[in-house]
Amino acid sequence: MMLLGASVLANQMWYAIPLVVAVSLVYGATRHEWMGPILSHAWRTCFWMLTFIGSIFILLFTLNWLWG
Amino acid sequence: MSDTTLKQASKKALPPMKSSPASTAETVQIDLRQPALAALLAWLVPGLGHFYQRRWAKGALFCVCILGTYIFGVVLGAGKVVHTGGTSQLVRGTLFSQAVQRWTFVPQACVGVPAVISLVQHVRVSGGGQPLFGGWFAPPRSIAELGSNEQNGDELSYWNEKLNSRYDIGMLFTMVAGLLNVLVIYDAYAGPVIAEEAKDEEEDGKAGKENDKQGG
Repeated sequence: MMLLGASVLANQMWYAIPLVVAVSLVYGATRHEWMGPILSHAWRTCFWMLTFIGSIFILLFTLNWLWG
Repeated sequence: MSDTTLKQASKKALPPMKSSPASTAETVQIDLRQPALAALLAWLVPGLGHFYQRRWAKGALFCVCILGTYIFGVVLGAGKVVHTGGTSQLVRGTLFSQAVQRWTFVPQACVGVPAVISLVQHVRVSGGGQPLFGGWFAPPRSIAELGSNEQNGDELSYWNEKLNSRYDIGMLFTMVAGLLNVLVIYDAYAGPVIAEEAKDEEEDGKAGKENDKQGG
């Protein structure tokens, strides 16, 4: 668990967060005109992308821990 | 408003946005003004085309998100990540191989102002001149062009070594920002793309009502 914490803190994946937020907002804004639907769409996109990236990270981390 | 603009505006009447209860049965009429000019402005500076169309909120959102991402990438890469790929002394080979070596500039060039500055820098450096603006947006030079042995390898290798992963991350940020601006340019030219789910829901709703009428 400590290893996972250290790995997450020291990881360059943190750079992905502002990128994911920007991509979600821009993508949402090109699908709607008003801020309400834009933010709603952006939130769903952001959540989906972060879940996907996080899942891949945990999968790779687990595989590395098992075989490392 | 001109006929062309009216046509564009009526084309952009959106179906009801069913993703949000507040926006149910809401249709949007957008005055795109001169779409080609708006697209050009959106290319030059993200959000500028929307400001021209008086779509202030979206303009501000695009400006902050895309310009912020782009500037963050440029600063992270110390101004060395946006360039045309190198002068002809550094990038050699066939036209195809030269294009492959310069591919990162293609998405970056989707944001106009830095792309124009990069091209100006390229022309200047290729002509044997010194780069402007402290070397920001200037192409990397070969050893022969540098004319000294103060560093090992060409300038691109030196930047990679000095900036390490910051160079790659800065490059990634600027490229993603450039690609996002393609969506923004389209939005400025033709209005928002109708979300497929909203379209499907609307079609389902219409089909359901017709069935009810037939059944009743």
